[in-house]
Amino acid sequence: MAALVLRGVRPYGEAPVDLVVAEGQIVEHAQAGRGYGEVIDADGLIALPGLVDLHAHLREPGKEDAETVLTGSQAAALGGFTAVHAMANTDPVADTAGVVEQVWRLGQRAGLVDVRPVGAVTVGLAGRQLAELGAMAASAASVRVFSDDGQCVFDPLVMRRALEYVRAFDGVIAQHAQEPRLTEGAQMNESVLSGQLGLTGWPAVAEESIIARDVLLAGHTGSRLHVCHVSTAGSVEVIRWAKARGIDVTAEVTPHHLVLTDELVRGYDPLFKVNPPLRSAEDVQALRQGLADGTIDAVATDHAPHAKEAKDCEWSAAAFGMIGLETALSVVIETMVFPGLLDWHGVGDRMSASPARIGRVHGQGQGLDVGAGANVCIVDPQARWEADPALMASKSQNTPYAGRSLPGKVVHVLHAGRPTVLDGRLA
Amino acid sequence: MRHLLSAADLGHDEAVMVMDTASQFGSIADRTVKKLPTLRGRTVVNLFYEDSTRTRISFELAAKRLSADVINFAAKGSSVAKGESLKDTALTLEAMGADAVVIRHGSSGAPHRLAHAGWISGSVINAGDGTHEHPTQALLDAYTMRKALCGGKGDLAGLRVAIVGDILHSRVARSNVLLLRTLGADVTLVAPPTLLPHGVQAWPCRTSMHLDDVLGEVDAIMMLRVQSERMQDSYFPTAHEYSQRYGLDASRLARLADRAIVLHPGPMNRGMEISAVVADSGRAVMVDQVTNGVIVRMAVLYLLLGARGPRDVRPDADMPVSA
Repeated sequence: MAALVLRGVRPYGEAPVDLVVAEGQIVEHAQAGRGYGEVIDADGLIALPGLVDLHAHLREPGKEDAETVLTGSQAAALGGFTAVHAMANTDPVADTAGVVEQVWRLGQRAGLVDVRPVGAVTVGLAGRQLAELGAMAASAASVRVFSDDGQCVFDPLVMRRALEYVRAFDGVIAQHAQEPRLTEGAQMNESVLSGQLGLTGWPAVAEESIIARDVLLAGHTGSRLHVCHVSTAGSVEVIRWAKARGIDVTAEVTPHHLVLTDELVRGYDPLFKVNPPLRSAEDVQALRQGLADGTIDAVATDHAPHAKEAKDCEWSAAAFGMIGLETALSVVIETMVFPGLLDWHGVGDRMSASPARIGRVHGQGQGLDVGAGANVCIVDPQARWEADPALMASKSQNTPYAGRSLPGKVVHVLHAGRPTVLDGRLA
Repeated sequence: MRHLLSAADLGHDEAVMVMDTASQFGSIADRTVKKLPTLRGRTVVNLFYEDSTRTRISFELAAKRLSADVINFAAKGSSVAKGESLKDTALTLEAMGADAVVIRHGSSGAPHRLAHAGWISGSVINAGDGTHEHPTQALLDAYTMRKALCGGKGDLAGLRVAIVGDILHSRVARSNVLLLRTLGADVTLVAPPTLLPHGVQAWPCRTSMHLDDVLGEVDAIMMLRVQSERMQDSYFPTAHEYSQRYGLDASRLARLADRAIVLHPGPMNRGMEISAVVADSGRAVMVDQVTNGVIVRMAVLYLLLGARGPRDVRPDADMPVSA
């Protein structure tokens, strides 16, 4: 395979080099203009390690009208990702080796990103009986992240057992923290606004109380815990406390919780209906701060495609979720980089190295040094673009950013040394 | 004004105008021939996703007295029961030429969605949505208070009103707080803390957890229906305890000011939030509320539709403006 040269690129925004790639690896940082091989012009653009998403819903099998592993992979590649975790709440549920292997093979066939299936913690996401976690770990899909996402592993005994059991194969339980009794019928963040709009509230304490319980369980059992889509200031505090105690907990935040607030619910447009719900401006600030100081380890999209009819209806009938793979990096640039909360090394850590480490994803998140796997995202941070759902690769159009101007355009992406995106288009 | 979705859609002068207009229609209601030709040729659809005979027939009568054609579209026994979406139902009504859709829906915000999603071009009137609002109920309540306590003119400045009961789940309370405040009244919400909404401190009213504390200082007291099933969700221990602490009985009635009136949006749970003695007393104005409901809804239909030409004259004159 001939060498590729990313000409004049600035790794993490530093001085320009020619990044030379061969045999799926970064082999040289040559002086700009001097690298030898097939040239991809990246003059002045910023190189980041290929992004890794810990949390996406690719909907296949079962909801192929909303997304497939192929279209989800395309959206991911265009968003700068080189690895994506596919959540288990498919139909059938990814609670057996057979289903996770199927999803993994579909990812291999698409060939655009590493599709890492997430296994369900419990059979059918029902929260009662452990799924065959070991079989999924030992399968061709090598599952390491287990989650009932969409449902909380609520039974404290089942949660304890799951946390303990996956230690045998270095797995992690990724908890969707939502106290079910406190969120019966919940429609939006519990706030002054929910009272005014007459929508049943989803109180912050329903998230925080589960996280508090889980970090104590993880501490007690010496297990590893990952918290999905942290959405409240109180959750950040609990996780900060747990980390200070030495508990092995990691956490993710979604791009939309870094930028959108519950004020958007005022118009009852279900595009803004998501679980956990959009919170207050104070929560948004606390999440940004938590991501900046490392309390929150990773940005994860919670990309949740839905067919048109699931959003083209009244609020309470609508599905929860919004797509996010193609806008994630832009939102992080707007909310974290431009305000000075994260530099480009920080972005590389929160969107590549940390999620790869949490998910035990081999060959990803290795950075841009010589010898690292050639997973590279090249971004033009100054370019602005207008989010247009009709132009997105995702099969669904439920983006909350339609018509919004976003900074940062993904220009080129290399996955395992092969271009998947060139000049902003699928290669 | 194009739609009536929330009591907050009405400014002070508009709300007074609705009541003044209703007052004029009230004089017609006393005639032998009660019908006006105002909305002849216009079509009003009552789109009811919840059973509510009293609200539906009130709107139906109001539209008919203005000579509009009225279609009752009940979710039960229609294609809705088979799972047709709100959107498809709306498109159907639009294709049939509805000038106004009066909607009752269990989902908060459904009328807002109907008005602003671009599905229909006619006016939307919220006849109660989920636990959100019921603006025409607030208008008829305000009208009833104005007639009984304020000489039937102007606004409600200085009037002291208590709203008692399940505020949390009450669309009537939300609309009343907004409208009564607009009209200058002082509102106190009375309920056990479990039945007050989160963030109620930010509402333009006071709150109290003790009915006995407010009885002596109100001109009107509105008792809300409390479903005894709420005790299954631990909102209160038993219906008996609720009634003891928050029910309006004869002894509490005796402590009201002499001129104070008792309202209830109905249907009443006699023996729960209101005793039969109170419900049947001369202080209770529930029958007036029903009478006033018709003329207030006539006024709303007239002001939304009468001022605009028939829809086929200006089909795209003013498409909904999205919020």
